Amino acid sequence: MKWGVVSFPGSLDDRDALHALRDVLGQDAIALWHKDEALDGVECVVLPGGFSYGDYLRTGAIARFAPIMKSVARFAADGGLVIGICNGFQILCEAHLLPGALTRNRSLSFICEWVTIRVDNSHTAFTRAARDGELLRLPIKHGEGLYVAPDEELIAMEERGQVILRYVDERGRQSEDANPNGSMHAIAGVANERFNVFGLMPHPEHAVEPMLGGDDGLTLFRSVIASAA
Amino acid sequence: MIFQVKVFVTPKSGILDPQGRAVEQSLKSLGFGQVDGVRIGKYIALNVEAASAAEARQMVARMCEQLLANTVIEDYRFEAEGG
Repeated sequence: MKWGVVSFPGSLDDRDALHALRDVLGQDAIALWHKDEALDGVECVVLPGGFSYGDYLRTGAIARFAPIMKSVARFAADGGLVIGICNGFQILCEAHLLPGALTRNRSLSFICEWVTIRVDNSHTAFTRAARDGELLRLPIKHGEGLYVAPDEELIAMEERGQVILRYVDERGRQSEDANPNGSMHAIAGVANERFNVFGLMPHPEHAVEPMLGGDDGLTLFRSVIASAA
Repeated sequence: MIFQVKVFVTPKSGILDPQGRAVEQSLKSLGFGQVDGVRIGKYIALNVEAASAAEARQMVARMCEQLLANTVIEDYRFEAEGG
């Protein structure tokens, strides 16, 4: 399967995403440049983590207007698969390809730690290799990961199953303590209504080798590979 | 005509503002117990060339909608002077 990982000025995790896809999963993954418009026939676009454009104004607010984002929006409108990780999630929200927004963590602190994530909808292209309720250990590292959306939108999203991933404790239960950034409904990852655009704050690309702390991130990438097959 | 514009962007009411809450706590611990409802936003100053005040205001409203504010979580208002 052919993947494209976009580099914006200030992207940090583009190389890690390419490493995970190429070296660990044996995929055909190419680097895409923010100033280009061609997606070169990729079947899934990854917007990586980092601090695109220095997080100026709001996280993702400037990156949203990069030339490649026009192509990504068209690709998504045609049903193409798009994953936004951390800053990529913020960019997708700013581009209105995903509902809601990501704001300053409740603690006001930058958080860097491993957390437990529960898969609440495994019937998507991004989670089909998991079971409903399956727990994944993944790292987070962000200052602005508090997911917010208007109440009525959240209710509609929950009904449609768009809340894909949630922060939980090690036994899979939601709680204040297990919600690292104060996200509404403990949301860690959401999809759009068509379920072809997916954003998440945890970093699956940093969790692909046991030597580096765990490989639960593979579940999400393998889901996409299975969807394309 | 050149208009001097001041744009104010603030978190929507109902949207959690952790910065505002932290500053409110600090003000209270300084002894300003009367303080309530602290919200922290952004102030953006810009100059814009337009044929009329109405045109300037329309342009700035579009700027706010498209970039300066994220209307999912933020409200904006602005003042335009000059001409």
